[in-house]
Amino acid sequence: MLTMFLLLLASAQVSMTVPAGEEPVEPYVIQDSNAGATPYKTDRWFKAFHGQPGIDRIVESFMDRNIADPVIGEIFKNQDDVRIRRTLKEQICYLLGGGCAYTGRDMKGAHQNMGVQTADFNALVENLQWAMREEGIAFAAQNKLLAKLAPMKRDVVER
Amino acid sequence: MAKTARLTLFAPLLAIIFPSLPAFAQGDYRSGGKLLLTGGVTSVEGASGGGLATWSTIAGDETERGIGASASATWIETRDFGMTAFGGKIGLFDRVELSYARQRFDTNAAGAALGLGAGFAFGQDVFGAKLRLFGDAVYDQDRFLPQVSIAVQHKHANRGAVIGAIGGRDDSGTDYVLSATKIILDKSLVLGGAARLTKANQFGLLGFGGDRQGAATVQFEGSAGVLVSHKLLVGAEYRSKPDNLSFAQEDDAYDLFAAYALHRHLTVTAAYVDLGDIATVKAQRGFFLSMQAGF
Repeated sequence: MLTMFLLLLASAQVSMTVPAGEEPVEPYVIQDSNAGATPYKTDRWFKAFHGQPGIDRIVESFMDRNIADPVIGEIFKNQDDVRIRRTLKEQICYLLGGGCAYTGRDMKGAHQNMGVQTADFNALVENLQWAMREEGIAFAAQNKLLAKLAPMKRDVVER
Repeated sequence: MAKTARLTLFAPLLAIIFPSLPAFAQGDYRSGGKLLLTGGVTSVEGASGGGLATWSTIAGDETERGIGASASATWIETRDFGMTAFGGKIGLFDRVELSYARQRFDTNAAGAALGLGAGFAFGQDVFGAKLRLFGDAVYDQDRFLPQVSIAVQHKHANRGAVIGAIGGRDDSGTDYVLSATKIILDKSLVLGGAARLTKANQFGLLGFGGDRQGAATVQFEGSAGVLVSHKLLVGAEYRSKPDNLSFAQEDDAYDLFAAYALHRHLTVTAAYVDLGDIATVKAQRGFFLSMQAGF
């Protein structure tokens, strides 16, 4: 029991070291399951996304588009943009079987009090589809990622 | 007093059908926001669906916080016959759909051979209501459960005298449809199935019930499509139909379709359709074209 507690405390401490350019966050337990879905068992889809450089480009253009979006741009104001980009890159790499560790919060915690509605979630999906097309990702591979992300709507959207 | 009693009964029902209604009442109304193509296209009966088959989708571009609508025009041209359907549908909070379609079935030159007179046309009004019961075709990618809806379609045909003469029992009837639709994203597939309790002869244009079979029967509708791009769905549909009239065997219908979103507000569906023999006139195959505009 005490070991459990110390372990939890230890992992909580890890999250408190703030990466460069990011703002400090409330401590939380770092674990891959925070990514909200289980990863693919092969790296086939990670490769279909042109590996980490491809994922990085997708996340950059996706986030730029979200921030400029007339409908959902507002949600990204006052958010830690540097942190979102870093954790998104980790999350996509992890889900696509790229072997990354995911160090972000779970989906419910990360989106708490953001007031995301279904229409916002869908606008986000369409921006991601746009970014994946820009990177030239095959449509079937795009859907492999979307299949992992779609059920997260339950934790992201607040009724 | 009676009014209050009715309200108390009605309020929980409303809360079940529209769980987001409190948000709406607080002024959180929001139009648009559905993912492209997930409101479906238009079936011949005017409900959201494929061309021939019913889908469990709710029409319009709205989410659970808004109201959407679309209008549609459909043309079917087979070797001997022509059919048009014009309609409109309203989607309420991605939960309830109300639809109307006016169908016209033109016998062209074959009308003379059938003894009706060349250019004789059958018409029908279809009033539909659909309720999404549970499941989400799009987001529930981690569950087997499809999106399931129940629908009622009341149809009224305009050629009662002819319907009676060919052995039809009624010029109006009501279909009940239970439908299930699922997008399997990681395979880029869209699958749908529906069971329809119906007496309709040739969708109802030739009346309801007949001298061979008077009672309603359960018919099956199936559809399978592949998402080719975020704008394009290509697939096939099958629809079984009752065989109620002794003067002519009624066949099942098939189509091969492509539904393409030209724009968020404009979708076109083109299909090759096989309606089989219609009223003794053999092998009615041809094309199907449908336009849908909505918000």
